[in-house]
Amino acid sequence: MATPIVQCQNVHKSYQMGTVTVTALRGISFDIQAGEYVSIMGPSGCGKSTLLNLLGCLDRPTGGRYLLGGEDVSQLDDDALSAIRGSRLGFVFQSYNLIQQLTVLENIEVPLYYQNRPETECRALATELARRVGLEHRLHHRPFELSGGQQQRVAIARALVNDPLVILADEPTGNLDSASGEEILRIFANLNRNGKTLILVTHDPGVARHCSRTIRLRDGQIETDVQY
Amino acid sequence: MSSINTTLGLLLGWNPARLYRAVRLGLKSLWMHRLRSLLTVLGIVFGVCSVIAMLAIGEGASYEAQEQINKLGSQNIILTSIKPSEDQKVTQQGSLSFVLQYGLTYADLERIRATIPGITIMVPSRVIRDYVWNINRRVDAEIHGTVPWYPEMRNHPVVAGRFFTRSDMENCANVCVLGAEMVAVLFPMESPLGRDVRVGSDYYRVIGVMQPRGHTGKTETRPGEVKAATYQMFIPLETARTRYGEILAKRRTGSIEAERVELHEVTIRVTARDQVLPVAEAVKQLLERHHKKKDYEITVPLELLRQAERTKQIFNIVLGSIAAISLLVGGIGIMNIMLATVTERTREIGIRRALGAKRRDILTQFLIESVILSGTGGLLGVTLGILIPLFVSRFAGMRTIVAFWSPLLAFSISALVGVVFGLYPAQRAAAMDPVEALRHE
Repeated sequence: MATPIVQCQNVHKSYQMGTVTVTALRGISFDIQAGEYVSIMGPSGCGKSTLLNLLGCLDRPTGGRYLLGGEDVSQLDDDALSAIRGSRLGFVFQSYNLIQQLTVLENIEVPLYYQNRPETECRALATELARRVGLEHRLHHRPFELSGGQQQRVAIARALVNDPLVILADEPTGNLDSASGEEILRIFANLNRNGKTLILVTHDPGVARHCSRTIRLRDGQIETDVQY
Repeated sequence: MSSINTTLGLLLGWNPARLYRAVRLGLKSLWMHRLRSLLTVLGIVFGVCSVIAMLAIGEGASYEAQEQINKLGSQNIILTSIKPSEDQKVTQQGSLSFVLQYGLTYADLERIRATIPGITIMVPSRVIRDYVWNINRRVDAEIHGTVPWYPEMRNHPVVAGRFFTRSDMENCANVCVLGAEMVAVLFPMESPLGRDVRVGSDYYRVIGVMQPRGHTGKTETRPGEVKAATYQMFIPLETARTRYGEILAKRRTGSIEAERVELHEVTIRVTARDQVLPVAEAVKQLLERHHKKKDYEITVPLELLRQAERTKQIFNIVLGSIAAISLLVGGIGIMNIMLATVTERTREIGIRRALGAKRRDILTQFLIESVILSGTGGLLGVTLGILIPLFVSRFAGMRTIVAFWSPLLAFSISALVGVVFGLYPAQRAAAMDPVEALRHE
């Protein structure tokens, strides 16, 4: 069996809130293979967001190891983590998180911009991805001129532009009506069929049903880990 | 400190294409808040513009002053006879009943020549005010009886014909050289050379025309420059002496006032420039000993020059502080707005960090924005600062000089202000935790 794309080994995370130490994750261990479509579920405060931040290299665990693509990234410095986020990870957020002053095309280009790719190459790649999410006629619109579903599709294109190892989605359908939500989930399913690894944080069981595996968290620990 | 170094290194080390993209990005963000950016920039604009404009005006004024001083000759000492004030006249030990005697004398001249070394040429001159006629045209002129080397001494050259010579002087020839201003009035149509002008009952042959003295009407006359005013005519000193004698009578309604002045003006040239001030001091002491009342005045152009330089220095210091203060205020304005921008765009910072931006990418992004702000301000200020002096010269008739370095300096300082005052907000932006920033509403 090939090396898992994501390996969490006894991951701990605690925060210092004033004088109180809050422990959000207490010993999480799981592997995710390439091509899996995993949902992470659990009640609020169970540590989902913390886990997603760790998986997304936005934060470092206080204990344990986290290997991304076989490389230990749990103790890297800030610049190295930035580089990994930019080249190996794709993010899709609940509130789309597009940059308001940039056009659709420019928003998709952002991850490439920080990798110093030549401008013409960025343009071509971004245009191609906009086409793949069905926004080729909206290239020069600003985010506020788009519907929520369209904005989320821009975000997906942006997450794909650097051809990441894993796409991390945080409640991607949370702000959308059901039709747009279905549309987004269809795109995810399609991506997964084409071999992309997706990790999705949600508390909507309807969304989780689309996935091939569900990890449930409770109080910072894994409650169940079910493969369908 | 190290962050400043990395910042500069980054800015310098970036390839042009990358920098170009970053600048475009900055412009885009600033363009989102046009009005805010414009208002922020105004502080710098006014600071830079007022400094350049005021420097130009000051430079022009001091240039004009120096030009006038140069006309007097920087190696000269000019002695002028002046009428003593009333109270001094009363205390006079009852000399000639109604002939008022004052001023410099030939004896003074001899004494100066005999006792003070390092003096080359002396130009004594007498000034008589009278009407000068050409048939029926007339001007009220100052008739200077002087010596042949006057033009060279006073930097006042002849433009047509010649000045009178030593032999003219010895022969008491009836020749004269007219000031250019006067020629325009007396001989509007033809060349005055070879023609005669009449003063009283004497005729003088015109042998030369002097260069115009320039705009003496506009600027206030300086002490040493009284004689440069209005219409001037020059005749040999000896001629003046024989024609007019030593006593000048002025008839006024009901009274006759007579004055006895031997020399109205004496110009002394000092051989070495650094001896001018000591010689002036010696002359002053010498004259003080022989004149009981203050009926003369000493003008030292070099001293005036020094004064003008000092004035300019003070002016520059004042301007410099105004510039510093306005740029400081402008810089604080930029810092303020950049801090607000950074807070407002916390979310954007979080997104960019999540998508692979390093801390220094964020730092340069905001630093570039603040430099664009201050640089644009500087550019606008420089443009205005060059235009305003042009208007001033055109409409107020003042000379202005924009020194080539002043726009350059002003622009680079304003760009520097952007770096200095943009650094702290940019650092705040760069130091944000990506997780926190993404959570920010």
